[in-house]
Amino acid sequence: MSETKKTDAAGAAIPQQAAAPDDRAASAKSSENREVLLRVQGLQKHFPIRKGVLQRQVGAVKAVDGIDFEVRKGETLGVVGESGCGKSTMGRVITRLQDPTGGTIEFEGQDITTLGASKMRPLRRDIQMIFQDPYGSLNPRHTIGSIVSAPFRLQGVEPEGGVKKEVQRLLELVGLSPEHYNRYPHEFSGGQRQRIGIARALALKPKLVVADEPVSALDVSIQAQVVNLMDDLQEELGLTYVIIAHDLSVVRHVSDRIAVMYLGKIVELADRTSLYEAPMHPYTKALMSAVPVPDPKRRGAKSERILLRGDVPSPIAPPSGCRFHTRCWKATEVCRTTEPPLLELRPGQRVACHHPENAEDQAPQDTVLLSVAKEAVELVVPAAAETPAESDEASAEATAEADAEETAAVAETATAAEAEAPAEAEASADADADADAESAEAEASAEAETVAEAAGDEAAEAPADAAESESESETEGESEAASESDAEEAPAESSDAGSEADAEAKPEAAESDRQESTGK
Amino acid sequence: MTELSKTGAAVGEPVSTPSDAPKAFLEVRDLKVHFPTDDGLVKSVDGLSFSVEKGKTLSIVGESGSGKSVTSLAIMGLHRLGARGKNVQMSGEIWLDGKELVNADPDEVRKLRGREMAMIFQDPLSAMHPYYTVGNQIVEAYRVHHKVDKKTARKRAIEMLDRVGIPEPAKRADSYPHEFSGGMRQRAMIAMALVNNPELLIADEPTTALDVTVQAQILDLIRDLQKEFGSAVVIITHDLGVVAEIADDVLVMYGGRCVERGSVERIFEQPQHPYTWGLLGSMPRIDRETSDRLIPVKGQPPSLINVPSGCAFHPRCPYADLPKGNVTRTVRPELQLIGSGHYTACHLSQEDRTRIWNEEIAPKL
Repeated sequence: MSETKKTDAAGAAIPQQAAAPDDRAASAKSSENREVLLRVQGLQKHFPIRKGVLQRQVGAVKAVDGIDFEVRKGETLGVVGESGCGKSTMGRVITRLQDPTGGTIEFEGQDITTLGASKMRPLRRDIQMIFQDPYGSLNPRHTIGSIVSAPFRLQGVEPEGGVKKEVQRLLELVGLSPEHYNRYPHEFSGGQRQRIGIARALALKPKLVVADEPVSALDVSIQAQVVNLMDDLQEELGLTYVIIAHDLSVVRHVSDRIAVMYLGKIVELADRTSLYEAPMHPYTKALMSAVPVPDPKRRGAKSERILLRGDVPSPIAPPSGCRFHTRCWKATEVCRTTEPPLLELRPGQRVACHHPENAEDQAPQDTVLLSVAKEAVELVVPAAAETPAESDEASAEATAEADAEETAAVAETATAAEAEAPAEAEASADADADADAESAEAEASAEAETVAEAAGDEAAEAPADAAESESESETEGESEAASESDAEEAPAESSDAGSEADAEAKPEAAESDRQESTGK
Repeated sequence: MTELSKTGAAVGEPVSTPSDAPKAFLEVRDLKVHFPTDDGLVKSVDGLSFSVEKGKTLSIVGESGSGKSVTSLAIMGLHRLGARGKNVQMSGEIWLDGKELVNADPDEVRKLRGREMAMIFQDPLSAMHPYYTVGNQIVEAYRVHHKVDKKTARKRAIEMLDRVGIPEPAKRADSYPHEFSGGMRQRAMIAMALVNNPELLIADEPTTALDVTVQAQILDLIRDLQKEFGSAVVIITHDLGVVAEIADDVLVMYGGRCVERGSVERIFEQPQHPYTWGLLGSMPRIDRETSDRLIPVKGQPPSLINVPSGCAFHPRCPYADLPKGNVTRTVRPELQLIGSGHYTACHLSQEDRTRIWNEEIAPKL
């Protein structure tokens, strides 16, 4: 990560946002040639809250609040999130079981957002749903035969060889015996009922199957049977799945791409490998780290265990800006005020975050942690011993050049003091950043020029790695290692200052930074 | 079932007599819990033995209907209450801190319940009374066992709520259970269970209804509290991830019996029973990427009324025909000691088990 690149990122933040849709289209073309089956844009579902005699609307539960994604033919899109994040509502809206309050849904290029019941009916054949509760989704008064043949009746389809034969074929397909045709749902176990639900969903050879928690009600061994069955059927029938689940292990197993939802928004959308190997959104990272790993050897080595404090906020009044900022350990002022757009930061990986993990900071000028973030930081608990192991290069450098970097930090304060107005952010950053820096401030103003020069030289030496390690060290910025990580951050910050100064073209602030860049 | 304590190399030794002084803090010996029904006798737990030391965590895993929850209710003495009590046949021994519970007077057991042993239930909403505030329910649990005035008890309740991480505990003590979120309710229930500093804590699927982020919070909390109070903990779960995270020892149940028992390391690294292999194989992994298929256990869990003859697992076991003769279908395998504290009930020979695990199962996991 070079300095110039960083400057570009800061300077071009706004145009980048504008160009986002183009980027997306381009990458979609390049990375995946498969046809888009379902395209969702700006989808919203608000449930009104009414009060009083007049039933005036006093608010709304913003279950789904503007999400964009597409599902390509033959792939499996997994949707994960905590309860109450709107993932089930999303499933019901894209199948038009509930009407969206905004946005568009396109199925095979046709806008189905506002189609009426009769126009929708032929499409129901192509879009089917598997429900979570295998007990609640089968009518106890109907036989299995009548349940699985219902789609044929409703759609007026006469399958080859008659309905009964076709139903029996479907039962066999999902691993049940054709003799079960005349039995009732209560005669079956949970796993068998889920198979009946799957048989019903597949009756009309749908193109898209939306499965809402298809295995969460089942025992582990049965869960594996159903997961394998869905896998086989996808291969055999060329199905496209949208699988909604809260179990991240299951989602990792079944999905090609995964969308992570938080409070009605998609915060990250990426292919499986990128998402699990290098999650970018802090929320994704926290979710992953919370899943217990079935390996007792890993118990002691919880290097990146992140505990989120509290619960998901209410979707009636979601937090301003980034919705995750109330629980995020990286939240800064910009997170509170500006909602981050869903940008493609790496091919095939879209993320909505100002300060993503494993990627370039989207708002590098903004370094002041919110007070909530400082509290949350305590909950990011890597073992102290692990820090050097993980970023030993960075920390080795940090110790080696500790002095140099401290002076760099001092230079930073100095510039901030000189530049007053434009660099207010940095000044306050330093205020809470480091006690050393603060105590050195008085000296700094006296030595400002010489130190700034030194900083310039050092910055030239200070490897780009240090800047890269910034995001890491921030994540792991636990109080114990505070001094170390601050030392690491210092040069990065000074380069931030440089980029901001360049962008804003403040001559006073730029003075020392120009020396830096000439040093480079 | 012959062997009992973990220390005893007990295979082949004579069956322990009730007069044997238990060595462990909690010791269950040959526990049987049967329910007569119109359809037949439901053998929910059919000869189960295990022990837990103070400060240790035992995890009981198994599918639904394997008898996990019935075991925990039996230890708590909750089967014998009210009308249900007339309809249960219990035998065997449960020793808690030197006291036998199965044949003890219900009043005696009641004195222990809540004070020496406490339970965290799966669904906190139905486990708490909707008409009383959370604070009142904790106060009640405390005053049953301590002769203190309401004020002191309330102080204690607030202290416990604070300890389990409920923000503004003094204010939230006056809230009703429905005003709490799922995770907070579970915390409140943990506070209620721990208010009397019990020495044995039984948690029946404590995190199954919760989101992963909250689950992590609750598991950490249980672990911290265990460290603080030195309690023995029995966690019942079907999630092997939770087991790996928190347990010292693992007991795998199938069809009301223990099929494998051992330290958590041994169960995950050298499991010896085909059912344990099945559980490990059916589990999708978050920590690695496999596009391979899961290896499920075929078939359905057994009915507890007609438990299959011989080894209860034989209808689902892919290796049932390996041992000579018809032994898997006719003879019920007993638990055998196969390594330090590691027991399994399987007819397969040690060589076969080791070979199958090393060559067929382990590479696919």
